[in-house]
Amino acid sequence: MDAKHAAQCQCGEESEEEKLARIAQVVDDFKGQEGSLIQILHLAQAIYGYLPLHVQQLIAERLDIPLSEVYGVTTFYSFFSTKPRGEYTIRVCLGTACYVRGGAEIVKRLSQQLGVEVGGTTADRKFTLEVMRCIGACGLAPAVTVNDTVMRQVNPDKLNRILEMCS
Amino acid sequence: MVTLTINGKQVQAEPGMSVLEAAKANNIMIPHFCYLEDVHQVGACRICVVEIEGARSLQASCMVPVREGMVVRTNTARVKRARKVLYELMLSDHPRNCLSCLRNQNCEFQKLGELIQISEFRFEGEKSKSFVDLSSPSIVRDSSKCILCRRCITVCNEIQGVGVLNVQKRGFHSVIGPADELPLSSVNCTNCGQCVMVCPVGALLAKDVTERVWDAIFDPHKRVIVQTAPAVRVALGEEFGYPPGTIVTGKMATALREIGFDEIFDTNFAADLTIIEEGTEFLQRVTAALTGKNAVLPMITSCSPGWIKYIEHEFPQELDHLSTCKSPHMMLGALAKTYYAEKIGVDPKDIFVVSIMPCTAKKFEITRPEMFINGMPTVDAVLTTRELARMIRDAGIEFQELPDGRFDDPLGFSTGAADIFGTTGGVMEAALRTVYEIVTGREIPFERLEVTPVRGLSQVKEAAIKIEGTKPEYSYLEGVEVRVAVTSGLSGAKRLMKEVAEGTSPYHFIEVMGCPGGCIAGGGQPKPTTRSIREARMRAIYAEDAGKPKRKSHENPFVAKLYEEFLGEPLGHRSHELLHTHYVPRGRYNELEGTRIPIQTK
Ligand code: SF4
Ligand code: SF4
Ligand code: FES
Repeated sequence: MDAKHAAQCQCGEESEEEKLARIAQVVDDFKGQEGSLIQILHLAQAIYGYLPLHVQQLIAERLDIPLSEVYGVTTFYSFFSTKPRGEYTIRVCLGTACYVRGGAEIVKRLSQQLGVEVGGTTADRKFTLEVMRCIGACGLAPAVTVNDTVMRQVNPDKLNRILEMCS
Repeated sequence: MVTLTINGKQVQAEPGMSVLEAAKANNIMIPHFCYLEDVHQVGACRICVVEIEGARSLQASCMVPVREGMVVRTNTARVKRARKVLYELMLSDHPRNCLSCLRNQNCEFQKLGELIQISEFRFEGEKSKSFVDLSSPSIVRDSSKCILCRRCITVCNEIQGVGVLNVQKRGFHSVIGPADELPLSSVNCTNCGQCVMVCPVGALLAKDVTERVWDAIFDPHKRVIVQTAPAVRVALGEEFGYPPGTIVTGKMATALREIGFDEIFDTNFAADLTIIEEGTEFLQRVTAALTGKNAVLPMITSCSPGWIKYIEHEFPQELDHLSTCKSPHMMLGALAKTYYAEKIGVDPKDIFVVSIMPCTAKKFEITRPEMFINGMPTVDAVLTTRELARMIRDAGIEFQELPDGRFDDPLGFSTGAADIFGTTGGVMEAALRTVYEIVTGREIPFERLEVTPVRGLSQVKEAAIKIEGTKPEYSYLEGVEVRVAVTSGLSGAKRLMKEVAEGTSPYHFIEVMGCPGGCIAGGGQPKPTTRSIREARMRAIYAEDAGKPKRKSHENPFVAKLYEEFLGEPLGHRSHELLHTHYVPRGRYNELEGTRIPIQTK
């Protein structure tokens, strides 16, 4: 992300209109550049938190490309989300090693404890629960990431500690 | 020319050709699936794989250009094995309920299967998609049948420039459709049906309403009136084994009578009527412009409902450029339930009007509230050419054996000018024939009345016609050069509309048809519709015109009688009530403004 767009306040105090205006500005700045759509979506997600349909519509309209194309891109890449996300994204690795060493069990527990399905976000917008494919941390299995931090050899105890840490 | 070897045979090919095309040009058929000549070449299915010397892996022949000295083998054990596995994998994610599919026996996937031949279903697994979108009155989308060839995406985005369809999600979960699983009825789909024309399977279909029509025919209290569009008679024959471009007007009329329709009218009659109304409207606008009054020019034709929905979404500010004329079949429907109902003394509520159209957008058009008269639809059902063929077969009629029949009066007679409505350029040519003669009292100065500059399949065609020797009442038109443009396909429309929106359009009159080539290649026509088939149908249309004793709309005696007995004068009070309409500015994406209709899940 370039400095100009990232340096601005992202503390959540911004109004809906301000966010949309900022996204519109991003689109205008990147318009016409090769492969700019993905970059625009990244920045828009940073500004808005996620990419609901009306944000994608704004982007499509300003770029003069079909909404179906924009939506196709946001649903192709897993790092884009069309639903609101929690402050913390917890991802459980379900690669083979993590899976056999209890990854599936962790998913079940987290889902129960947080009261959300995989892919869901808690009502207080604190946590989003997701699963991922092997992240290459097989030696640390089962692995869980919280935002971008990797937690190794997670067991139920450790899980509780992680959740407490975040609260 | 490039020389290469295919299956041990030295062959020549033009540079830039793909291996698949080069093989085909030399009578070697490489099985293929997603590739569609002149339309789609993206390498989605890989059924067309071949061995190329020097390349380690098998190559998709539709994507690889020919090279000098290339050595290709299309039929080795390795190729055959790969092709078969690919086919079996596609099949494992397909519902295989062919007997209840409208495409049964007219399905490219079945044809491929015939060629590959499997004896068992080896791969069984989870099915990836399962919803049916029944929201649109024109198009049914059954995602469970989709084999992800992406042809519809190419057509909707690149050829039509609409972009409703694209790939959503990824991998096993990929679906082809609008954003956010929105139903077609709530996005900017124009209902043109061009996606239906290229879908190789039953994943995109025109909504079939033949049962409703049968019910009306079998209902003893209903008077069922049918009308047929000009493009149907030059294409219907293809459904019964005739070569493209065969004119089957007479057999079609007989078939309709045998099916049990009470009156067989001709949309062509209303096409002649449209020319009188629209020509008068055009003259009125030009007169206003030349005498310093307010007038919106260019005027743009309004008989293509796919085009109408397109402009309502994309250029909602420019709707006053549209002629206010309804499309011809809507005019005829309105007359059937008023003028004709009065004549025969039948309550219009007991009349059921069916339009046989080359078009899927007309299925939507009849549902538009502004088309209703006194709360009553003026056309009750629209059948495509393909649906008519289905009804003929269903009725057990041997089409080829039928004697020639004719249309019924008073709404069945038409001139050659009406015939050409079915092809791109035809409405313009018909209008020019009439307008020029009204203004000058002489025939339009083109040999045999053929306005050749507006004929043919180019995306945009132009003509400039100088008006000379006007009648005294039109003296202000003396020396005026009328500039016209004609386009078909919505990308062409977008091109011309950009100029209109910017105020730089140099034209007075523009004809737009939503489908590339015009109604002859509409979304309701027989499949396939290729370039050469378009050309053949177009030739047939012009042959119909050339063979008619009367070839100018204002010479239609039944139209004259209609004005005398009923309408009064062109653009008169009754015309406005029955033959003209208005348009609805829609949001660019529509879907975010209307209510979301939930997609029905299987
Ligand atoms: S009917 Fe026409 S506009 Fe609608 S999805 Fe198909 S090709 Fe696109
Ligand atoms: S809907 Fe039909 S044309 Fe479109 S990708 Fe699926 S199978 Fe191909
Ligand atoms: S026909 Fe070549 S990849 Fe589908």
